[in-house]
Amino acid sequence: MTAALSIRDLQKTYDNGFQALKGISFEVQPGDFFALLGPNGAGKSTTIGILCSLVRKTGGSVSIFGIDIDKDFPKAKQQLGVVPQEFNFSQFEKVFDIVCTQGGFYGMPRKLAEERTEKYLRKLGLWDKRSTQARMLSGGMKRRLMIARALIHEPRLLILDEPTAGVDIELRRSMWEFLQEINAQGTTIILTTHYLEEAESLCRNIAIIDKGDIVENTSIKSLIKTLSREVFILDTREALRDAPDFGDFEGRLLDEHSLEITVEKGQSLSDLFALLTPQGISVTSMRNRANRLEELFVSLLAENKQQKSDDAGEGQEAQS
Amino acid sequence: MSPQLIWTAFSTIFRREVRRFTRIWPQTLVPPVITMSLYFVIFGSLIGSRIGEMGGYSYMEFVVPGLIMMAVITNSYGNVVSSFYSAKFQRSVEELLVSPTPNWVVMAGYVLGGVARGLIVGFIVTLIALVFTSLSIQHIGLTVLIVFLTSVLFSLAGFINAIFANSFDDISIIPTFVLTPLTYLGGVFYSIELLSPFWQGLSKLNPVLYMVNAFRYGVLGVSDINVGWAFAGVLVFIALLSAWALHLMSHGKRLRH
Repeated sequence: MTAALSIRDLQKTYDNGFQALKGISFEVQPGDFFALLGPNGAGKSTTIGILCSLVRKTGGSVSIFGIDIDKDFPKAKQQLGVVPQEFNFSQFEKVFDIVCTQGGFYGMPRKLAEERTEKYLRKLGLWDKRSTQARMLSGGMKRRLMIARALIHEPRLLILDEPTAGVDIELRRSMWEFLQEINAQGTTIILTTHYLEEAESLCRNIAIIDKGDIVENTSIKSLIKTLSREVFILDTREALRDAPDFGDFEGRLLDEHSLEITVEKGQSLSDLFALLTPQGISVTSMRNRANRLEELFVSLLAENKQQKSDDAGEGQEAQS
Repeated sequence: MSPQLIWTAFSTIFRREVRRFTRIWPQTLVPPVITMSLYFVIFGSLIGSRIGEMGGYSYMEFVVPGLIMMAVITNSYGNVVSSFYSAKFQRSVEELLVSPTPNWVVMAGYVLGGVARGLIVGFIVTLIALVFTSLSIQHIGLTVLIVFLTSVLFSLAGFINAIFANSFDDISIIPTFVLTPLTYLGGVFYSIELLSPFWQGLSKLNPVLYMVNAFRYGVLGVSDINVGWAFAGVLVFIALLSAWALHLMSHGKRLRH
């Protein structure tokens, strides 16, 4: 099956000599919901910039649904919709005009562009604002406007660069539902985000990029499996004066209704409950102390940093 | 892209450009009308009546074609340079850059948008001129053609200025320090026959002189220069500026990283 996106040895060195991408490779399969994660300056936006032609690559190859961007970029662009990180529409144009005009840039007849504009503005809750100048919209509405604009030509691959940055929780949830809906309808989605909970909730596969290199590329499930320990917060029905017996588990009493317990690889939650129940402790709810993916993300970046400093040390030794 | 898709993309850009300058008509259409009306009143009517004839015509008749051309030149240039630079500044130009629209279609859309404003302003100024004097156009086809080509040429120049511009200062430097002197010294207000041979020779290096005189020839039937050279010069400059603009776009000059 032809990959929705195939990136091979992609490199970018800016004019000032900064090497933003050092030869990254990964693939995204059709229908996937894919997360591209990395700290600030890792190379995520450079990668997206290359895909949509705002940044020129200095090496490697990119194919979108089998169309090599070096051979037929206009055709490849027809398959692609991009929601950038920063607002990039005319602040003085009306919402309807911004979306409808974008359809024209993709060669859509005016009538079709108007129909699609109405469809996506309604879906994203912006129809009532169609005659409003873009500058009058709230931050969340502006983000939704950019999503509507990116969907006007119904691309097969949608790339969203931190679409929920600065968006309140309620709106973020509704955007997640919308993205899941269009993904279920067949649109391949690539998402960059700083909210790791978002990536874990929405995405099936993931690539983590750091300092221009891919440090991990796998499924979210596989990545979560590599966690050696997880820390849970348990809320109890009864008030606890003293910490109960935790057996082989590492735990502590946080307050009279909460326990913090670490579950190591090989231990099970069933064993934990079997230990607590005879002590008269009923657990009413439980949650991860920190986002699981966040823990992995931090540890992967730390490993990458350590690896790089080891390599640099070896290099210096070799020179001396 | 197929011809149909190219036409759709072009007409979309053109329509957006027209929508932009008609939306802000108090900034785009009214000021040149007021300025030119003042020129007509002061230079044409008040001072012009004391000047007498110029090139065999009353001063008002002589100055009207030059002022119409001046309005067309400044508005064509100003429309494209401000619109395209604003799109760069707000990053809305990325809407076009990420789309499959070819560079030449983007250029053509913006340039024809500038031409539309230039011609609309030129038409309004012509109507105002009719309040002060009568105009019997001698060569209608030639008049329309030269005003159109001049508008295309200065729209292209505005487009290139906008590509290079990094700030709003950069889009006012060329109009202030290059375009205005060339226009004022381009035979709008006087015939170069009034000048000494040295200054006549120097004036003939000014491309605006050829366009103004070609237009004046179309309207009045008189010109200081060979009209054929004027057309040839304008066409050559259009070809050169188009090639330059497309070269800059294909290399992503100040548009892509």
